[in-house]
Amino acid sequence: MSIESNIVNRNIVLRFSPDMVDQPLVYRLVKDFDLIPNIIKANVNQDRMGSMVLSISGYENDYKEALEYMKMCGMEVSFLADSMVWDKDVCTQCGACTAVCPSGALYIERPAMTVHFDSEKCIVCQMCLQACPVKAVKLDI
Amino acid sequence: MTKTIAEINEKIRAGKAVVVNAEEVIDIAADLGYKKAAEKIDVVTTGTMGVMCSSGAFLNFWHTKPKIKMQHVWLDDVPAYGGLAAVDCYLGAAEIPERDPANAHHPGHFRFGGGHVIEKLIAGKEVRLRATAYGTDCYPRREYEQTLTLQDIRQAFLFNPRNCYQNYNVATNCSDKTVYTYMGVLKPHMGNIHYSSAGQLSPLLNDPYYRTVGIGSRIFLGGGLGYVAWPGTQHAPADPRNERGIPLGGAGTLAVIGDMKQMNPRFIRGVSMTGYGVSLMVGIGVPIPILDEDMLAFTAVSDGDIQAPLCDYGGDGYPTGEPCVLGYVNYQQLKSGQVEWEGKTIRTAPMSSYSRALEIAEILKEWILSGKFELSQPVQPLPGQELYAGFLGR
Repeated sequence: MSIESNIVNRNIVLRFSPDMVDQPLVYRLVKDFDLIPNIIKANVNQDRMGSMVLSISGYENDYKEALEYMKMCGMEVSFLADSMVWDKDVCTQCGACTAVCPSGALYIERPAMTVHFDSEKCIVCQMCLQACPVKAVKLDI
Repeated sequence: MTKTIAEINEKIRAGKAVVVNAEEVIDIAADLGYKKAAEKIDVVTTGTMGVMCSSGAFLNFWHTKPKIKMQHVWLDDVPAYGGLAAVDCYLGAAEIPERDPANAHHPGHFRFGGGHVIEKLIAGKEVRLRATAYGTDCYPRREYEQTLTLQDIRQAFLFNPRNCYQNYNVATNCSDKTVYTYMGVLKPHMGNIHYSSAGQLSPLLNDPYYRTVGIGSRIFLGGGLGYVAWPGTQHAPADPRNERGIPLGGAGTLAVIGDMKQMNPRFIRGVSMTGYGVSLMVGIGVPIPILDEDMLAFTAVSDGDIQAPLCDYGGDGYPTGEPCVLGYVNYQQLKSGQVEWEGKTIRTAPMSSYSRALEIAEILKEWILSGKFELSQPVQPLPGQELYAGFLGR
């Protein structure tokens, strides 16, 4: 552990196999790496593939070590902001994604009724992937 | 004050026609009153762009050497109907490839189908044609395969038997599980409400008794010129109406036709509806000539004047074929993003692109103002015109 490095705050997406579902990941991040994890969304069921969106803050060195640890454990790690891509040229501006989006990341600006995407608000629930008729939103992990 | 379509066309040719879109006319009518606004305005342009099943394309491929009478036809592995003639086919927007897993793992993705092939052709992209035949003395060939683009196809026109629904169901889901419908993904316990209409901009809501739109009317279809060919399938003008003549259900529909070679993929899109299938998003614009004060009054309709039935698309509702209407909501409520229903705030979302509908109405306006597009006198009215008894029954 280092106290020399900068404080960082990162949103990441974790995907892990069924055998890792019962691992106390959040406990490890706190106890072994001195990080502050905030669970934005978790989809963790016994015997099934799990996924979790975490907001992590702490020292950069600790954060990097934790990333290495998670990758070593076989978790897929990606950055939230990079993983959801909304292509405004493909979008027809219908808005079919906006009522199922729980965080308001995909929203309609009124009265113009145009669709916009705020990646900061996205929690990667992936409802929009099902809802978009022209596949303008893609999950790129 | 009355005007004829011929008089309006004279003004278009002289560059003197006053053309506004169906959104702009609302404020003008409120400012000037129906009478003065009707004197001032000659044409109101409308638009809509939504998912419209019952769409498809007639295609004629040049005769091959040696000749073939195509019995089975596929375009990018999507089957097209070949039982028309030797090298004619009809490609339906809702068709999917035979190898598509469909809903084997529900909800299916339906990534590609007839609607997507139509979009690819209009976008100028290559499509793989494959055909088989039994062989005849005059058409001996048994198999044919060729990569082609729209340019290589002899004639290609959209002929959509049912587009441009006058009004439509608004969908929610009262059941306790998510349903995947042609109205989108509907969450349980009325988790969301989806609607599919451009409301105040939508063509047949601006001419509720089809006084000016009829067989032969020239329209904007998919970015090019098109025509109303016939009343659409399921055309039901006798549906109940409100005091402004606005139907409270689907009511009127149009069968439309237009040359694919003039179209633009911005206004024709293949769509994948999770758990449901594929279809085609179609952009349509219809000009409404302001023949008299009543026509102006009809085009001044605004979202708050248009009610639509809120229907339960859950397992005990729409799918059963039994009545499923929970009540009525108007488009002003729907477009606000939320509806209050029995003490609960429910989020709403459109399936139809209002901003693209407005873009279509604007393009149509430009076409008319530049003299490129003149209005046409219908050669035959649509069924339902006889229901007109004056605006507000006057």
